Amino acid sequence: MKPLMNAEQIAGALAKISGQITSHIRAESVDASKLALVGIRRHGEILASRLSDLLAAELKFKPPVGALDITLYRDDVLRAPLTIPLGTEMDFRLDDRPVILVDDVLFTGRSVRAALDAMVDFGRPQFIRLAVLFDRIGREYPIAADFVGQTVEVDRDTVIIVNLYPMDARDQVLLMPTAKKERLAP
Amino acid sequence: MTLTQQNWKRPHLITLEQLSASEISAILDTARALQEVSTRSIKKVPALRGKVVVNLFFEDSTRTRTSFRLAAQRMSADVVDFAVSTSSVSKGETLADTARNLEAMGVDAIVIRHRSSGTPEVLSRQVSCSVINAGDGSHEHPTQGLLDVFTIQESLRKSGRKLSDIHVAIVGDIIHSRVARSNLWALTKLGARVTLVGPNTMCPQSMEKLGVNVSHDLDSVLPHVDVINMLRVQFERLTSAAFPSIREYHHLFGLTAARLDRCKSDVLVLHPGPMNRGLEISSAVADGSKSAILRQVANGLAVRMAVLYLCVGACATSHEN
Repeated sequence: MKPLMNAEQIAGALAKISGQITSHIRAESVDASKLALVGIRRHGEILASRLSDLLAAELKFKPPVGALDITLYRDDVLRAPLTIPLGTEMDFRLDDRPVILVDDVLFTGRSVRAALDAMVDFGRPQFIRLAVLFDRIGREYPIAADFVGQTVEVDRDTVIIVNLYPMDARDQVLLMPTAKKERLAP
Repeated sequence: MTLTQQNWKRPHLITLEQLSASEISAILDTARALQEVSTRSIKKVPALRGKVVVNLFFEDSTRTRTSFRLAAQRMSADVVDFAVSTSSVSKGETLADTARNLEAMGVDAIVIRHRSSGTPEVLSRQVSCSVINAGDGSHEHPTQGLLDVFTIQESLRKSGRKLSDIHVAIVGDIIHSRVARSNLWALTKLGARVTLVGPNTMCPQSMEKLGVNVSHDLDSVLPHVDVINMLRVQFERLTSAAFPSIREYHHLFGLTAARLDRCKSDVLVLHPGPMNRGLEISSAVADGSKSAILRQVANGLAVRMAVLYLCVGACATSHEN
């Protein structure tokens, strides 16, 4: 296993994403007071909550954070292994809001496809932009990120393992090469 | 994302007796995740899109049938209500033939209620789709047991307690009650203490063999319990010698406001419905602040969504492999 990012580098990547979002909001004259962040459970949720803190300092408004469970919206929901859903926690509606969808790794685009489907069940946002910690090659659906912490070029059989506190013991990102042809579930 | 997966592999839900504590928890966790769906403006998730669920009820039911129907619809499945009285069953078709015909039409799950204990089990061996028991004779009513435990857990979470911290009384005609049996299995497997209460004829001492206490004196039990689950008096059995008189039953085993006053201040009252107001439970108690009866109905929906997702999902994934 090879380290890809340590805690400090993760914090730096998040600060970079926060800066990109702030610039975008100013350039596009977005009503920042309506901004909301939605993180895909569970790593995206942690990243979204940290981004909300960073954005609060810049925007003088702390965007609310929703935690989106995409289990029941996945295109492989009824294929093995069956996943127990965690549930979505979103105590605000998305109607007419500018929304930033947050995830750890953008790879095939399938999780984001599911997330977009799930989000429209919570209202009709003004727009949705996508922020990811890592953008890696291997897209299977036509989806692109708007805000990216780091682009990584690794082959398809390498797994990017993201650890984030408090879900994991500490912040770190590792690369794990696998011999197996099939990938682990994202 | 993959923390709690792999806890569920069963295509059928026949009894709670055969489930492990972790399987019961998997259903309850899934139900908790699905509860939120019913609070949205779009009360639907696409998980079971393209799947077909049949309600095959050989006994009367209003809430269970409706609840299963709504649950299947909220998971985006198509639902067929099979009316037994207008079907070929009344022309003498056997259950197995009915089920195989339904299966030939591409059904993914059969939700069955039948007056004979064991029917869902027999059916599950004859078809390759999911079979979900919605009540069989006096055997089990697994989704009722699950929704009762779910409702208790929901209430315990407010005070930070667990099922292993509490004592539950199940009161009424225990021996004929599938609700009592499913409750008993779920509660004891998850660590709760259970006392069955009823007249000697309906609540024999021998039930202690199932790992519970048995009492024939409601008043001595009430001050010690955290939850009281009042069973419905089944009028179809009122003529039997086991049931002395309505007045005597109400006097000895009816949950009245006066009795509730002698309970713990945070006691929770459950009833599976339909209620006989003024018989096993008084209106003041049923509609009072301790009653979770309407929460049970709401939670029943989430529990049945979870059961359909897990069973149909397990059936689909096993065919996939």
